[in-house]
Amino acid sequence: MPRSITHGQDEGLVAALCRGDADAFATLVDRHSPAMIRVAMAYVPTRAAAEETVQETWIAVMRGIDGFEGRASLKTWIFRILTNLAMRSGARERRSMPFSALAAAETTTSESSVDPDRFLPARHEHFPGHWVIMPARWPTPEEGLLAGETREVIAAAIAELPPAQRTVIALRDVEGWSAEEVCEALEISAGNQRILLHRARSRVRNAIESYYGAVEEIDYEAITAELMGEKKEEESE
Amino acid sequence: MADEPRDTHSEDLACVAVVELVTDYLEGALPAADARRLERHLATCPGCADYLEQLRAIAGSLKGVTDESFPAEMRDALIADFRDFRNR
Repeated sequence: MPRSITHGQDEGLVAALCRGDADAFATLVDRHSPAMIRVAMAYVPTRAAAEETVQETWIAVMRGIDGFEGRASLKTWIFRILTNLAMRSGARERRSMPFSALAAAETTTSESSVDPDRFLPARHEHFPGHWVIMPARWPTPEEGLLAGETREVIAAAIAELPPAQRTVIALRDVEGWSAEEVCEALEISAGNQRILLHRARSRVRNAIESYYGAVEEIDYEAITAELMGEKKEEESE
Repeated sequence: MADEPRDTHSEDLACVAVVELVTDYLEGALPAADARRLERHLATCPGCADYLEQLRAIAGSLKGVTDESFPAEMRDALIADFRDFRNR
């Protein structure tokens, strides 16, 4: 069966690596190390420990490349080595959960994307579950969300995310990976990948919104009173 | 279990439910009938339409927001190691 993932640019590098082409190795290191640091950070407590894990991974790659059989993509193979080493290193420090267990732990708890108090209760007579406090609008510079001070707000919000959420949004939205690549590298289901991504993006949204403040409250009492008034008029007729 | 026909004429979605569906929608993971139902809601609900646009904007604009570059000295040492190891 053909592999489901399009591996892209890496595959041509395998032969070059086996020939001992250092430029090919440098290309690979530059291409994947930032994402590898992000993934390692889910397992180990410090940035320094993450960098060390990435270093160990590259050493394992240079020693093991001759045995790479291409059953998975090169990228997947590298990230499997990384997660195994990161888990071992995490066990020495304080945690040693596979990513899938971390993801499961984060997805089994319920989490509202928006504060439930911003909606009317489910038993509301006229507008059950509808917005009371609408999403606040924020200024979007022409250059995009990252042009101004919002960049720092977003970076801080991502840093504060629970580890599985932080890793998924970093790979998907910051590094630009596809959903399939993330599922494959982290060995999580498509469903859990989406839940983590949704929660992460929602928390980033909430952070931007609270930074810009001013939310608009809808006066349902007035609307309801108006409706009730109409009803009473009908009844009394 | 037999597939029950989806009731496409059932009442409108509540906003509190819509905000939980937007990523599945943006990812193309909602069944077609659910996606149409969501779109009908969005067409009449400015709050949810804004919410969707905000999540779409976030999804599309985080590239490079944080930088996790690998330290240059570690990189260079690895490449030197590679040369030594492969030319042994």
